[in-house]
Amino acid sequence: LYSRTCLCKTMSASQGSTNTNTEPWSSFDNNIIQGRGSAVIDMENMDDTSGSSFEDMGEMHQRMKEEEEVTAEAAATEEDNGEYGDFLGMKGLKGQLGRQVADEVWQAGKRQASKAFNLYANIDILRPYFDVEPIQVRNRLIESLIPVRIINFPQKVAGELYGPMMLVFTMVAILLHGMKTSGTVIREGTLMGTAIGTCFGYWLGVSSFIYFLSYLCNAQITMLQMLSLLGYGLFGHCMVLFITYNVHFHSLFYFLWLVIGGLSTLRMVAVLISRTVGQTPRLILCGTLAALHMLFLLYLHFAYHKMVEGILDTLEGPNIPPIQRVARDVPVVASAVVNATIKSIAAVVQSQ
Amino acid sequence: MAEVEESSKPMFAGLSDISISEDIPVEGDISVPVSSHNADNDFSTLDEPVKDTILRDLRAVGQKFVHVMYPKKSSALLRDWDLWGPLILCVTLALMLQGGSVDSEEEGRPQFAEVFVIIWFGSVIITLNSKLLGGTISFFQSLCVLGYCILPLTVAMIVCRIVLVGGSGLVSFVVRLIVVTASFSWSTFASTAFLADSQPPNRKALVVYPVFLFYFVIGWMILTFSPSQ
Repeated sequence: LYSRTCLCKTMSASQGSTNTNTEPWSSFDNNIIQGRGSAVIDMENMDDTSGSSFEDMGEMHQRMKEEEEVTAEAAATEEDNGEYGDFLGMKGLKGQLGRQVADEVWQAGKRQASKAFNLYANIDILRPYFDVEPIQVRNRLIESLIPVRIINFPQKVAGELYGPMMLVFTMVAILLHGMKTSGTVIREGTLMGTAIGTCFGYWLGVSSFIYFLSYLCNAQITMLQMLSLLGYGLFGHCMVLFITYNVHFHSLFYFLWLVIGGLSTLRMVAVLISRTVGQTPRLILCGTLAALHMLFLLYLHFAYHKMVEGILDTLEGPNIPPIQRVARDVPVVASAVVNATIKSIAAVVQSQ
Repeated sequence: MAEVEESSKPMFAGLSDISISEDIPVEGDISVPVSSHNADNDFSTLDEPVKDTILRDLRAVGQKFVHVMYPKKSSALLRDWDLWGPLILCVTLALMLQGGSVDSEEEGRPQFAEVFVIIWFGSVIITLNSKLLGGTISFFQSLCVLGYCILPLTVAMIVCRIVLVGGSGLVSFVVRLIVVTASFSWSTFASTAFLADSQPPNRKALVVYPVFLFYFVIGWMILTFSPSQ
């Protein structure tokens, strides 16, 4: 409403200033003034949202769009009013009136919808978090495996979402590969849905949980920083899973789990310690994060693992990949008993 | 405001003195020629036979296929974008990946809906990502490019199906691996030839990586496809 009155004011002001001109050219002067007024609207071509907050930008866009629509509406209603005056008789009255009302309702509805859309589906809200260079991403990936030494003053955490999102999608791809090669059967659901749900659920869920715990423990970390920290911590997970889904050595997995998983956990824990005060809060926060992070890697490896390596060793002789363990020499009866028990265990586990 | 008004007034103030003398006859034709031809042109596509409409659309789609197979710096894909081609390719790929049997014991074969959702939501996410990174391409143009660049992977799927008819041993696996790898890198290269131009030059790697991942996942689904016996 306020924009409408603004416009009326400018129009009346211009008319008031040009009443000394001769009649045929007054409208020409109005156009000049309105043309000068459009210099203010040129600002919407300035597409620089890096400095201003998104609410200001959203409001500015909204105001300009409303002004444009109001001028269009004013022009349209002026034309309609002119035609309305020409029509005589009830039929003409109803036709014009009905059309006008329908038009107004449509315009109002459209304005409401576009306002809501611009406010909620505005992609510019996320734009600052994706403002990175490739070299920065590469540096942060490497830094995620290097624990910091200084823990007595708060360590800097980068607040970007591009790296974590790409890492989550990479992990989804690696999980799909692992599920395929291990022959996992998903009963209620699809392979892709499970992989996406697991990865995104971990990233978003554990970030929110640790953010909640850090709120309880008075740690100085924002949600964006937590998302970013945990996302980059998935880089170690990706590496370990990529190697061990292709090379099925248990001892290799345990070694990588301790070393690479441990390094990325240590980095996250050190950053959190540097932002928390007090022994008990530090212990609670970092213990939880360490446990969840390490256990997640363990879960991912074993959930989609070939559970029945024993059977493969003895039954499918010619198809043994060269890296797998070789079956030991056991008597035939003993091996039959072992196979039967393994099959029953596998059946029980799979039926769960 | 007042100063600008005064500076502009002298520019147009002189025009108010112009008067048309009565010696010069002023005449002309004020009637606007009603061009019924223009009105007909707007609606002419409604009157043509259906065959013409379909053939015109098919020709446009086929032309874009050619642009994808020989990716050079042309703006045809971007200028007249359409989503028919991606739909045809996506449905073909999903149908071929489904296989023949409706056996519920089969492990891990992607369902039709899975492939469909992967392709379309993957494209949407890549488009959002490239827009957030400051790209100048529009939403549907990007969807169109990504969808059309699935064509090499569809061709690879057909080839794999043919190879699998012959047998599923090590040789066929190696052949399929080579074909899928070649087509997946062709797809990635073709789409970056169109998409990367709209990005600032030092951030091309940030846009190329999700595209690479997307076609890698689709290529992986094609490679691990095994028909039921």
